[in-house]
Amino acid sequence: MGKKSSKSVRDLLFGDLWEYATAPQSSDFVDIKDSYGHYIGGEFVDIGEETFTTSNPATEEPIAEVALGDEATVDKAVKAARKAYDKTWSKMPGRERAKYIYRIARMIQEKSRNLAVVESIDGGKPIKESRDIDIPLAAAHFFYYAGWADKLDYAFPGASVNSLGVAGQIIPWNFPLLMAAWKIAPALATGNTVVIKPAETTPLTAMMLAEIIDEAGLPPGVVNIVNGMGETGAAIVNHDDVDKVAFTGSTQVGKIIQRAVAGTGKKLTLELGGKGANIIFDDAPIDQAVEGIVNGIFFNQGHVCCAGSRLLVQENIHDEVIEKLKRRMSTLVVGDPLDKNTDIGAINSREQLERITTLVDAGVDEGAEMFQPRCSLPDTGYFFAPTIFTDVTPSHRIAQEEIFGPVLSVLTFRTPDEAVKKANNTPYGLACGVWSDKGSKLFRIAGALESGVIWGNTYNKFDPGSPFGGYKESGFGREGGAHGLLPYLEVR
Amino acid sequence: MASDYVKPRVPTVDKIAADERAAKFKQRSIKTTAKAAGLHLIISMIDLTTLEGSDTPGKVRMLCRKARRPMPDGDCPTVGAVCVYPPMVPVAVEELEGTDINIASVATYFPSGQASLDERVEEVRRTVELGADEIDMVINRGAFLAGEYGRVHDEIAATKKACGDAHLKVILETGELQTYDNVRLASQIAIDAGGDFIKTSTGKVSPKATLPVTLVMLETIRDHFLKTGKMVGMKPAGGISDAKLALRYLAMVKETLGDAWLSPDWFRFGASSLLNDVLMQLEKQRTGRYHSDRYLSIS
Repeated sequence: MGKKSSKSVRDLLFGDLWEYATAPQSSDFVDIKDSYGHYIGGEFVDIGEETFTTSNPATEEPIAEVALGDEATVDKAVKAARKAYDKTWSKMPGRERAKYIYRIARMIQEKSRNLAVVESIDGGKPIKESRDIDIPLAAAHFFYYAGWADKLDYAFPGASVNSLGVAGQIIPWNFPLLMAAWKIAPALATGNTVVIKPAETTPLTAMMLAEIIDEAGLPPGVVNIVNGMGETGAAIVNHDDVDKVAFTGSTQVGKIIQRAVAGTGKKLTLELGGKGANIIFDDAPIDQAVEGIVNGIFFNQGHVCCAGSRLLVQENIHDEVIEKLKRRMSTLVVGDPLDKNTDIGAINSREQLERITTLVDAGVDEGAEMFQPRCSLPDTGYFFAPTIFTDVTPSHRIAQEEIFGPVLSVLTFRTPDEAVKKANNTPYGLACGVWSDKGSKLFRIAGALESGVIWGNTYNKFDPGSPFGGYKESGFGREGGAHGLLPYLEVR
Repeated sequence: MASDYVKPRVPTVDKIAADERAAKFKQRSIKTTAKAAGLHLIISMIDLTTLEGSDTPGKVRMLCRKARRPMPDGDCPTVGAVCVYPPMVPVAVEELEGTDINIASVATYFPSGQASLDERVEEVRRTVELGADEIDMVINRGAFLAGEYGRVHDEIAATKKACGDAHLKVILETGELQTYDNVRLASQIAIDAGGDFIKTSTGKVSPKATLPVTLVMLETIRDHFLKTGKMVGMKPAGGISDAKLALRYLAMVKETLGDAWLSPDWFRFGASSLLNDVLMQLEKQRTGRYHSDRYLSIS
């Protein structure tokens, strides 16, 4: 009793003595239309009869009606892409293609404020992330791949390269514009044409990108954007005249796609789920590691395929790290995505919120210990408090399944070998983090991890020059860097 | 004399990640009511400073009067303290009589500290006798960089003893320590030796106070508090000349140490030109417009 009270006296108080006032990003300057169709063959196609609604996850209010593309729409888009490929894009010298790609990059920068605000409204992510990460990185990807367009002959010495044809691309809702950039930029740089489907909960910035592409004067049909749901994506994957399929999304859908393209001769890249291990050794810079844990799991509400959702912490520093982490979590600001001080915004959709809740309930049922900091969530909208589970063992569902939310599972290890074993004890293999002040250990552990991306003393760092992609059930193929050219080229 | 002090174990600091964390406080948007409250808090935390070879009683008087009444009229707190060289302490004592403003003075052969321990301690004793409430000492960086941590510790402890009731602020001169690992270790040594405050810089060496260096020091204070229950104050000094940057420091204190440290008892800014920029921002809050700096009195 005495011990407990002295401990509470000693704790830090993160209270309201000096509170940040609300600092809303104004949004009245963005022009969101009531309805969006498709962008096919250089034309904005009318919305048509089949539609769906995209809504603001922070308010649950509908934003716009969006066209639901069927097989006929996809066929039209693929035909437009084929025509553009045959007639212009594949014949155009690389340096000419580069000019268009550079132009798109510059225009994204010019319209970055609008894009950031719409990204936050449509997807729920904090404005400071869409403003400082999503949009600048999207522009950077176009800039980076524009630079490759006229240098493809030098990218793979001794080999000659050819474009593939029409690339069918399907992207997720967690980084809507950024994923569009990851897909479109390398495809264009390598001389392919594109049919891309944005996610159904976040189509708006892709349609703004269509406006940019249109204004940039890209030849009609080089990029076609078809809105829709799962069946629209299936129509793209199954279309006979698509030469290449690139998909980012769940492992479950990835497997369906891989079966669908088997034997068709279509090239395929998949960037799927993950259950990244963030490994903290006892010789790590602890305070920075705690930041890395926060950034690893709470960045973008945890809607990150490479999230560090499994914390592996050396047993002898477990209590210290968890105490620091809990204290740090109580300073996170959860709420309105458009407030400039918001650290954790809205969960992308009701469906996703339900999935997170189900898995968190499973964690509690299976006996793990849950912690959430004291924070008030808005009454409307889809929000979930940052959550950590301690006392998690590898057999728990929350240690195995991808939650895709702000939920961290904490496990411990005793030795480096055990750390590697536990980190690799997953069907996934997308990303890991390793924290140690000892360089030799860092490199040894990195070499032993079955993971496409490994961050040393940092987490969730992205750069267009750095390849990104998975092992095992996290997919195959790389995006970013010179490696990111390969999936769009035939190398001889 | 060999010291009994054992070099403390402190966590390592990763520079890139620490810089990145510190930079995040620049993203905090501090507006309207938060800005007004923050600006008032900043004024109350300023150690209004003049530390020049050219200081005269007249200059110090001017500074003290500004400290008492930063703005001709209007709702504005007084600053936390006035900080001067030891010979100027009597002037400050006279000028600040009857106010709550503390008198801080830089003893220990500031800024280099290059004198024997006896001489440094003697200067501290004399300065306290003259009426200083707070002593800003410099650590022996030469001894620190030579690995004589026990000596650094014992010298601070001796200075603390010489302070008597006066508060001791320990200047690490982080610009000379250079690495964050050194800053973390020196902070811990200063705290162990009894420093009431730890302070970044003399203002005479660049780099002066920075956000990341202050963060590393705040984290040392936090960990020591959680371990022992003892609160230690923090004073970044030098290079903080505008209100916007000072507000970022406040955000960092708020999110690292919490409410208890958001007070002039536990956090100070060592600055001179900061005060007028804060006053200008307060006027902007009041009137909605920036006025010319010719409306602000110099100090």
